[in-house]
Order: sequence, then structure tokens, then C-alpha cells
Amino acid sequence: MKRPKVAFFDFACCEGCQLQIANMGEKLLDILDSIEVVEFREIMSEKWDQSYDIAIIEGSITTNHAVELIKEIRRRSKVIIAYGSCATIAGVNGMKNSYKLDEIRKYVYGDKASEFDTIPTMPVHQVIHVDYFIHNCPVYPPEVIEVLKAALAGLPYHVSDKAVCVECKLNENICMYDRGTTCLGPITRSGCNSWCINNGNICYGCRGMVSNPNKNGFREVLDGYDISLDLIIKKMDMYNKCRENDRNE
Amino acid sequence: MSEKNIKIKVEYLTRVEGHGNIVVDIADGRLEKCELNIVEAPRFFEGMLIGRSIFEAQHITSRICGICACGHTLASIQAAEDAIGFNPSSQTMILRQLLLDMEILDSHILHIYLLAAPDLLGVKSFIPLIDSHNSVVRRALRMKKTCNDICEILVGRHVHPISCIVGGFTKIPGEKELDLMLSLLTGMRPDMEATLELISSLPFPSFERETEYVALVNDGPGYPLLEGDIGSSDGVRMDKIDYKKITNEYIVDHSTAKRARLSRDSYLVGALARYNLNGSKLSGKSLEAARTLGLKAKITNPYLNTAAQLVECVECLEDSIKIVESLKNTGTDRSQELVVGLNESGIIHVRAGKGAGAVEVPRGTLFHYYEIDEKGIIINADCVIPTSQNTGNIESDMRKLVPEILDRSREEITLALEMLVRAYDPCISCSAHFLEVRFVSK
Repeated sequence: MKRPKVAFFDFACCEGCQLQIANMGEKLLDILDSIEVVEFREIMSEKWDQSYDIAIIEGSITTNHAVELIKEIRRRSKVIIAYGSCATIAGVNGMKNSYKLDEIRKYVYGDKASEFDTIPTMPVHQVIHVDYFIHNCPVYPPEVIEVLKAALAGLPYHVSDKAVCVECKLNENICMYDRGTTCLGPITRSGCNSWCINNGNICYGCRGMVSNPNKNGFREVLDGYDISLDLIIKKMDMYNKCRENDRNE
Repeated sequence: MSEKNIKIKVEYLTRVEGHGNIVVDIADGRLEKCELNIVEAPRFFEGMLIGRSIFEAQHITSRICGICACGHTLASIQAAEDAIGFNPSSQTMILRQLLLDMEILDSHILHIYLLAAPDLLGVKSFIPLIDSHNSVVRRALRMKKTCNDICEILVGRHVHPISCIVGGFTKIPGEKELDLMLSLLTGMRPDMEATLELISSLPFPSFERETEYVALVNDGPGYPLLEGDIGSSDGVRMDKIDYKKITNEYIVDHSTAKRARLSRDSYLVGALARYNLNGSKLSGKSLEAARTLGLKAKITNPYLNTAAQLVECVECLEDSIKIVESLKNTGTDRSQELVVGLNESGIIHVRAGKGAGAVEVPRGTLFHYYEIDEKGIIINADCVIPTSQNTGNIESDMRKLVPEILDRSREEITLALEMLVRAYDPCISCSAHFLEVRFVSK
């Protein structure tokens, strides 16, 4: 069988999701056996100028140049996988949208601010059609394998729409609210096997919100622990600021 | 060759972390232009921190960089704790040193094997090495995974650590976890010896340019990575809170990363600087490794940064083994596990203040600085990244190197420049937050 041609592209991001692949160890060689990596700037000098069977996109779209580039990648690719929170929901890059662009540019780059091209942050699907989503910051390796298998076989991949709490309960963690802190588990998509809570921290909502969050239930939890909505909204905006531009959600 | 006209523009330099370009313009054998342009999309991290809780700073700033997420975590926590006046326990400091050892080891292995070695072996990436040097690739992936596995035990994962926070750790390894870490670490020794054998057999390009070297220094024993004053080979020594007097950041037109200078036009941070300033503090296996590699301070060939990184790999592996062995002897106090979140329960006392963190991360000294109000809300934030500090120095190296190799072909000059930039192991996502070399010979 001819191995599908796969390319990796990175936009505004920390490149940590690419690293998650390198972190798979010798298992990585098994994956490389089943695909042909034709472009991967961080680890390869080779470049490819033809079409891709699968393009894996990391990072958010934050400049006019990136908008043009991602459209070109879409034209050349049969399948697009948005890879990691920055690509799927814009992740932490979205926080920028809470500020006036001119002000935040000036704050970071002073009187040279005008030289830095920046537009409101967008996840990939707000610019082009995306075929598969691999959420999480960073991506969760077992899910990466599952989505790759689905994409290679041409099958759909279903992203869980249940809350993180479901997995968290199965893992028998003590509820973070009972431990005196707020947690975004009740309104965040599961699929990470409650990674952060298993390690003693709270959920920050990096997979995006479930499509139909139990608002009243969550409000009751917040009221029960006397926690202000304002605090939670700010917390939600850490990863989910760009959701407000998703018309269908 | 004095009539030579060459334009080089390497767009999107490969095998570096982030986006950058090299632009070189030689007219009539004279170097007209020599720039390292950082073109990474700016992400405005410092701006995004304003108005947020100091207890969110670690989580957010970790996302500046996937490779040095643990380094950002440690610098952020140090700055935050300095600002609120919190003193971490000695157990916390020991576990943080272990995390930093793993961070440096993991990142250096990635750079030595996957990013730098293909140049030394004359191929374009590690992919052809899978066939030609399969056991080498497997060794690299195995070593990298071991670091990752230890980070998983210690802090949940290596990319964006979960349990290392302001105040301490949300989980602390017990006896079982310590045993597992020790067996993974000691199991890495044969691979480390094989790495040393491989790298000491490879020829590094020769090129010398003396510059100012900057790294953390302290008066205690051991190779300083987590704590210290900021020192330079030109005799500067300052407290970390005065980091701005070290970095003196400025913006150049062709780059989204800021630059730095101290006593001269530019300075160097990273493994080479640390070795030059603190190499005398190495002992045992890391001292032997430096001898095997033929290193002797002061090293003025920037290509040897990769070799200095390998010495640090040995140092970090041996130091981490020592730490885990001593934790096994004393046992760990798991009652120190803490849940802070946004400090809703007020378990950590907060005051208005300002604080700085200075940590040696894989590519050099990383500074974080925060000012907070009495509720712990961030009112001012600043991060100075190693690669931004190095960029000016890389350009200075390029300006000296190009005239020395003008008799070579365009391809050879380009490769020498790319290798030079890669030797610095630039982390461009961090510094803009960068690379482009385009050759147009007339």
C-alpha cells in the first residue's frame, strides 16, 4: 500500500503538541512506518511542493499572512487535522481578544508596535473547513493515535461531548470543589481522562466547552461554594475566548 | 574571490523551534547585510497576564514554549513567590531542581540528536537516519522518552507540567514513584555513555569569536541552575531583581523578538556560557565528559554549544540520580501536597509587591518579572527569553564568519550559517517569540 503523504504545519503556538509526538519514544517509528512525512519544519529540512493526503495544523491564526497560508494548505490537502487547543479552539492565544489590539501591541512592543502584524486570534476552523479535531493543551497521546487511525482509514472520529466530571468520577478523584477550589470540569469536554485532576490540579477547560453545558447545575455548584461568576468567566476565557465567534454553538 | 556577489535568504529555517529567517547580502566581496530575522507571529503573552491572578501565571506562561514549559514554570513560580513573599520548603526546592535537571536533559537530547546531529552526519533530518543509523535514532527516542516518563511521574507530563505550582506541588512522589524514577535514571547511563562516544567522534566546525558570557552564578557548591545571582565573564554580578540592567532590551526592525546587550554589543547565554562561568564546579562524570569532548574554559567557538550541552546532560543525569537517592533515604513528606487553584481558600498569604525569577533553562537564563496588587492581581509582567538575548550575538558571529568562508560555495556558506544558528538551539516560539536564508547569486 502506498503510504499517505503527511505534512505538519505550525502557526502561533508553543510547538508543544509536535513535541508530544517526539515524546512517544520508539513507538514513533511504528507511526512513521505507516505514513510518509513530507514536511515537518521543526525536525526536517526537506520541503514538499505538491499535494498532501493529510495536513496536521498546529497553532492559531493570528496574522493576515497566516490566513493566506492556511487557505493555501487547505487547497493542497485532502484532509485537515486541527491539532491541539491553539488550532481547535485558539486556546490561550484567544485571551488576546479580550484586549484592544493596539493596546496590547503597544504594551509588549512599545513605540514599534505598529510594525507587528496581528489580527484577532482565530482557531483554524474559523478560517477553513477542518476534517478532524484533536483537542487538548497539550494533545493527549492516546487520542492522537485514535484520530490518526480514523483519518488514515477515512472514518469519522467522534469527540466526546460529555463533561470531564464523568471521567474524573470514574478515576475516583476527590472533587476539586470539595477541596476548596473552582474547576472547569463540569462544563469542559472529556477525552483527556481527567489528566490534570488526576495530578492534583484543576481543569482549565483546554478541550473546549461541551456543546450543551448544564448551566443551571453548574450555577448551583458555584452558588453552593459561594464563588463569583466573574471569576469563572475569566477562567473560561483562558482557553475559550474565541468560542464567541462560533455561530453554531 | 573578492568580486563575489551573494545574496542568501533562508526562509523558515528548519530544525529550530519556531520561525526565523537568515538574510545575507554580499556585494563585491563585502558583507553588506547580515541579519537573523525572527518572524514568529507575536503572541503578546505579557499583555495577556495583566488583570489575571498571580496563581494563573504559571499555567499561562508555561504555554509560551512546549520545549521549555518546565523552565517557564519554574521561573514563573520563582517570580510569583518572590512577589508575594512566600518561602518554599526545602523538599519543594529539591523536587524543583529534579524537574529542572529533567527539563535540561530532555531538551538537550532533542537538540543534540534530532536537530544538530543530522548536520554533523551530513543529512537533512533525522528521518534518513532511521534507515542509516537506526540504533542511534532509537537511542535518542528512548532517552527522550525516559525524561518524559520521569516528568510524568513527577509533574503529570513534560509538556505543560500539571502539578508544579506556586507554593509547591499538588502531588509528591512516594517510595514507589522514587524507586521507579531511580531505575529509569540509572537505566539511562549506558545510553548516555554511547551518546558521549558518538558526539566525541563527530567533527565540529572550527570558528572562534570571543564574546561576553552570561549565566547564573553563586558561591555554593554545585553547578548553579535554579538559584543564583546573574554573572558575566566581563565581571558583572547582580541580583536577579536587577535583571533589566543585564538585558537592556531593545527592538530592531526586522524581528518580532527583542534583543539584549550588556558590556558589549551582544552577549551569549546557554550551555556554553554556563560552562565558561561554572565549568570549574563540575566533578565526577560530567568533568570526565568535558575532558572526553576536549572542552576547556573559556570556549569561544559557538558551534561547541552542542558539546557543552552534552556535558550538561551528564551533569543533570548524575545530579538527578543523587537527588532521587537522597529522597529515598530521607523519605518524602506527602502532607506537603497542596491544592491552590486561584487561592480561593486563601491558603497562601498574598501581598502587593514585585518579584523576579531567574532560572537557567536549556537555552540560557530565563527571567520572569511580575508586579501584583494586594489581591494578587497582575498589574505588570515581563519575560526575557534566552533566545532573544542570543539573537544579537548570533548576528555578530555571522558577521565575522561570512568573510572567513567567502571562498566556499553558496550552499556551503548557507549550511555553515544554518548550523551556526542551530548550534545556539534557538527557541523561537519563546523569543517572539523566528528563521529565512535565500541565496541569489548574480
